[in-house]
Amino acid sequence: MTGAVITPEIVAQHQLTPEEYQQIVGILGREPSYTELGIFSVMWSEHCSYKSSRLHLKKLPTRGKLVVQGPGENAGIIDIGGGYVIAFKIESHNHPSFIEPFQGAATGVGGILRDIFTMGARPIAVLDSLRFGRLDDPATGPRNRRILAGVVSGIAHYGNCFGVPTVGGECIFEPCYDGNPLVNVFALGVCKKEDVFYAKAAGVGNPVIYVGARTGRDGIHGASMASAEFTEESKQKRPNVQVGDPFMEKLLLEACLEAMQTGAIVGIQDMGAAGLTCSTCEMGSRGEVGIEIELDRVPQREAGMTPYEIMLSESQERMLLVADKGREDEVFAVFRKWGLEASEIGIVTDDSKLRVRHHGQVVAEIPNRELADEAPLYDRPHLRKAPALPSSPLPEANIQTALPALLAAPDICSKRWIWEQYDYQVRTNTLAGPERADAAILRIKETGTSIAMSLDGNGRYCYLSAREGALLAVAECCRNLSTVGAQPVAATNCLNFGNPERPEIMQQLVDAIEGIGEACRFFETPITGGNVSLYNETLGEGIYPTPVLGIVGLMPTAAPLTIPFKAAGRSVVLLGGIGDCDETRFGSTEYAKEIARELWGLPPALDMESEKRVQAAMREVAAEGLAESAHDLSDGGLAVALAECGFGKAGIGAQVDLASDLRPEILLFHEGPSRILISTAHPKKIAEIAEKHGVEAPVIGTTIERGLEIRQRSQTLGAWDLATLESAYERSLESRL
Amino acid sequence: MKFGVIVFPGSNCDHDAFYAATRNLGQQAEFIWHDSASLGSVDAVILPGGFAYGDYLRCGAIAKFSPVMRAVRQFAAGGGPVLGICNGFQVLVEAGLLPGALIRNRGLKFICRELRLAVGTTNSPFTNAAATGQVLRVPIAHGEGCYYADERTLDELEAEDRVAFRYLDNANGSLRDIAGILSRERNVMGMMPHPERASDPLMGSSDGLVVFQSMLRAAVPA
Repeated sequence: MTGAVITPEIVAQHQLTPEEYQQIVGILGREPSYTELGIFSVMWSEHCSYKSSRLHLKKLPTRGKLVVQGPGENAGIIDIGGGYVIAFKIESHNHPSFIEPFQGAATGVGGILRDIFTMGARPIAVLDSLRFGRLDDPATGPRNRRILAGVVSGIAHYGNCFGVPTVGGECIFEPCYDGNPLVNVFALGVCKKEDVFYAKAAGVGNPVIYVGARTGRDGIHGASMASAEFTEESKQKRPNVQVGDPFMEKLLLEACLEAMQTGAIVGIQDMGAAGLTCSTCEMGSRGEVGIEIELDRVPQREAGMTPYEIMLSESQERMLLVADKGREDEVFAVFRKWGLEASEIGIVTDDSKLRVRHHGQVVAEIPNRELADEAPLYDRPHLRKAPALPSSPLPEANIQTALPALLAAPDICSKRWIWEQYDYQVRTNTLAGPERADAAILRIKETGTSIAMSLDGNGRYCYLSAREGALLAVAECCRNLSTVGAQPVAATNCLNFGNPERPEIMQQLVDAIEGIGEACRFFETPITGGNVSLYNETLGEGIYPTPVLGIVGLMPTAAPLTIPFKAAGRSVVLLGGIGDCDETRFGSTEYAKEIARELWGLPPALDMESEKRVQAAMREVAAEGLAESAHDLSDGGLAVALAECGFGKAGIGAQVDLASDLRPEILLFHEGPSRILISTAHPKKIAEIAEKHGVEAPVIGTTIERGLEIRQRSQTLGAWDLATLESAYERSLESRL
Repeated sequence: MKFGVIVFPGSNCDHDAFYAATRNLGQQAEFIWHDSASLGSVDAVILPGGFAYGDYLRCGAIAKFSPVMRAVRQFAAGGGPVLGICNGFQVLVEAGLLPGALIRNRGLKFICRELRLAVGTTNSPFTNAAATGQVLRVPIAHGEGCYYADERTLDELEAEDRVAFRYLDNANGSLRDIAGILSRERNVMGMMPHPERASDPLMGSSDGLVVFQSMLRAAVPA
């Protein structure tokens, strides 16, 4: 094997430590070639190896009676009954989306879609969790607006053309995301149970086939880029961002699903981060076999690419598969039909090594398992940071102006400007798309079952207490599902954090993982996969710790239970009661952010037992068909939720009178969890169900035409015309762009 | 009756049209691959929504050259009903089976939204089961759906009662609020809104089903 002399500088450029380099020399029993060094550097990058988080990720629950496939594959798989399964996962594309928002976000969608269909499942839904910097900041606002517009049109471009509906998600704005936006994409697909495919090579002598787009010089070192902080130099990394082709991906989808039906495919994996390197060594490692490839046979976009470049390229829309020897032609025929290039580039061997040839010469020979699964593991030191202290006493609020101001707040206001750019209906399964119900709901036409999905994360809560914030995110997701009547069954997570080499960041990561683990165990929603995105820092400024949960639930297919009040004269029930909150717990609310303009204290207090009872009661109310509308209380608390229930086509508001002695601003805007607003013609039956579950369910008022009026022990706190509130809510985002 | 749903590489509403025809309308349907020279024995053809051949050039500009379009042209020339939805409308316009053009939406953005349409004429195999002026709630989902034609063409469409649907909420800037038009012989219709997405009460509206019911009525006279 020939190659350049590997100097300590070259090792450092590959973001490998001297110790890691010595481990590589130990594994190989010699100095690596330049190509091998490149291969190790991407496979052992934080992005691919989870070296800082793996130790802690083991604390997550991953098993459950419906789990067919947990973490370790391209996506998790859950049995939904009727002979069908769903595959789903969430992934981040944060770093590329900052450098090149449109393509960064587009290829983020493309990557997660391939993760789904490589399992044999046809993608039927996408949801996005987005975080941006402030839109109105004089210095960073223009760039943040450009990033938002670019990310949204990138997601729209890819998802709309591919033909998958983008049905929901969330979008939050904080200064900490100024230099580091978060783009987390969740995708879900469906297939028959017996049609699931795995990314595993098997059968010595079987051909290894490359399908899809040609390999170019784009995206080289993408995985390493995603494993470092941003500096001034990173701005020169624009060429590292790949360019997406959703049409090619659509062809790849149809061709792969059709090729899988031939029965001639043994295993299949997409080429995502670390491209050909990752797909070959992971497939070999999972199957405990070797893979040998000849790079001359890899379709290339340009002449003169080096082995290093071919192996590290992250060109999009490529798949690697192993076929049954002798049946290659059946596979090739399908790809030909779809106009796709497919080439046999190698074979499965029995020596458990990844062997790469170029012009016949071996340029890399590495044991698969050590490369794929024995990356260094770090138990990084972690320190707990003291929580911020409560600030000066909370001033009295002007309730009348505070509510419209909160409705217009970027985190709360309607995101219609964003989601109308997404086709949220293609494939005609969307029973509840964006902002219609607390969760997105898609029917599975084949089974009569529907899937409810929710994404949630709260960086402010997690900054104040990563553990409690993580518990709250799981609880909120499950509550969203229960509010539409679905039983939460399984979860995926995307952990977005700063530099784990800093002990306080590492502590946040550990606390969040432990919180997610505890809550997912409690709510019986095992984690079936996910993604960790670290080094979300620019020029030394870290983001809020932002774990994002994606949880799915199951329910019988029926007309969805949506947010808006439907008719006047109905009882308004607050399932779970008014709740309690002190000034310390109030410091994490949207009110604190937007009106008091401070962040202090702790996240809202969560009683998981009580949360579980509220959700069980809600699901029973929904199943019995007793609720005309349902909406959980979250950002902005009770007053914001009441207003949002008034924004339906019917133009129905409410008149409520709250029997509470809390300070008015805390009463109306605290974000205590475990509360759901229901309008109903059957308050007595709901009271019976609530009592059975040991849950408070006060009737707080009645629905009325056109207005919202809130009283506290008969004293009016505020009265609003719905049209005024709705206009504040609907027009805010667009007016900031 | 039997519908033929054309599948171009990049069509993505093909399954939705198929489902509306078979499950919502209760008729037969089959997919027809873009390189087919013949349509087989179908009673009506649907060109579905999507991004035929990626639509990286101009929407429908490549699809018009696909082998199946020759068969579609012949089918239309013989009086067979041809319905183009969204991208299918764009393809029909590019293929010269319908006049005018579909250009970028006025706001330059893709829009997915349920809108109200008014039925412009009931004198067609696509609208005969509706009432003139009937208001339908049907969603749009496109980036290039602004209907454009010269004044003379627009006048002619109106004079010949060939405006099948008009927007009551014109979100894309279409001239004279045109959402769907008929060919001179009235057996070819293109519309940007998606009737197949509004053919099932679970999807929020079943107002679009009237288009398929009309096609059934025209094919199998009562």
